[in-house]
Amino acid sequence: MIEIINLCKSFNGAKVLDNLNLTINTGETMVIIGRSGCGKSVLLKHIIGIMNPDSGQVIIDGTDITKLSGKQLNEFRMRFGMLFQGAALFDSLTVEENIGFNLFEHTNSPRTEIKKRVTECLGLVGLKDIEDVKPAELSGGMRKRVGLARAICMRPEIVLYDEPTTGIDPIMGDAINDLIKDLHDKLKVTSIAVTHDMVSAYKIASRIAMLYKGKIVAVGAPDEIKNTANPVVKQFITGAAKGPITEGG
Amino acid sequence: MLFIETLFWIFMSPLKKRQIFEQMSKIGVDSAPIVFLTSLFTGMVLALQSAYQMQKISATMYIASLVSLSMCRELGPVLTALVVAGRVGASITAELGTMKVTEQIDALETLATNPVRYLVVPRFLALFFMLPFLTVYADFIGICGGYLVGVGKLGISSSLYTRMTFDSLVFKDFFTGLIKSFAFAVIVCIVACFQGMRTEGGAEGVGKSTTLSVVFSFILIISADCFFTALFYFVF
Repeated sequence: MIEIINLCKSFNGAKVLDNLNLTINTGETMVIIGRSGCGKSVLLKHIIGIMNPDSGQVIIDGTDITKLSGKQLNEFRMRFGMLFQGAALFDSLTVEENIGFNLFEHTNSPRTEIKKRVTECLGLVGLKDIEDVKPAELSGGMRKRVGLARAICMRPEIVLYDEPTTGIDPIMGDAINDLIKDLHDKLKVTSIAVTHDMVSAYKIASRIAMLYKGKIVAVGAPDEIKNTANPVVKQFITGAAKGPITEGG
Repeated sequence: MLFIETLFWIFMSPLKKRQIFEQMSKIGVDSAPIVFLTSLFTGMVLALQSAYQMQKISATMYIASLVSLSMCRELGPVLTALVVAGRVGASITAELGTMKVTEQIDALETLATNPVRYLVVPRFLALFFMLPFLTVYADFIGICGGYLVGVGKLGISSSLYTRMTFDSLVFKDFFTGLIKSFAFAVIVCIVACFQGMRTEGGAEGVGKSTTLSVVFSFILIISADCFFTALFYFVF
């Protein structure tokens, strides 16, 4: 279980996260929605400990990760996988070295075994025979899928997705959604995705939370969010140009 | 801070030989041609310019000592450091900066890998060992440049020029130049990596931090040079 308690973070005086509270149960897929630049990615980076909060706690299975030292935090991170918005593949390394990065760096596994695991992960995301290609030669959708393969290579318990469907065509987007659902069902991971793509959110979520002005303003199952009475959430999910969000309400 | 952290990781974790050699080849071997040209021409210009004065007092034979001394003590280390700061420092900043803005550095951290250990340490070690090498190379080529002009154009005999070069050079001259180049290597690497890792704001940000990296390196190299020259002058 992941508990986020009273999390605050400001950049240059602007409060991005303002006493944010959220609980994510083990095994569920929590989708966090919100406008671009509202702090969704910042929240994800706090959950995996790349950013330090100004105040507040992020408790994962009873351990407050904001208090961990570098080494302990790294041990903790081995339980995570993260897919970045632009995939963030290392462009000096091949696809195989990217996906097997953790195995190359942190284990003494023999090369053949790493190769096997990499091929297996590529298979899970529907790709093959690109092990020796450099990321720069791949299309956007393929890069995302390779990023996903890298995220799941260490069989993580928790997978974080930063805008998994942004920047790729709708068909590839839907394929990625299926993949996330599949991985969730097959590997039984806890998933946290941030997105502003409502189609994707409805498809993959067990629960949806809306981030607005640094706080979670609504949490619920996709159906509850669809039929919400909250005007802020309503405006966001229907994509209306007029409403409380744009009028500063 | 970055310097201390880099030292910490050099001693606290196994080094990655493959990456260090890769960087050594990128930083050292690939810089050799430009260092060659710069120091060759500097040596030649030095000989010609001093000939202009020396001829008035009929002391052209001292051109040999002038060229070798100024190359080894001053121009070799400083010019090489400036060339490397422009060529290698800028590329390190641009590379790390791009990695930062495309979230690759964040990705490293999520993969439980310290960016300083993985990115800075190999570059630091490569520069620390290759820059002095390049400096020695530059000293030698600069002296050769002076020789070409002195013997070919100014009519000093080859044996006299060689003798004058070796007679005037003492170990101290060569050694102080080398110490400087170790210090310059630290400056170039730490400034370049620091600017790269704090890059923000897309392509524009990468451009900005690359400029800053080169400017800071240049200023720091020149002021460190001044400091070391004064130190050696008063201490030794």
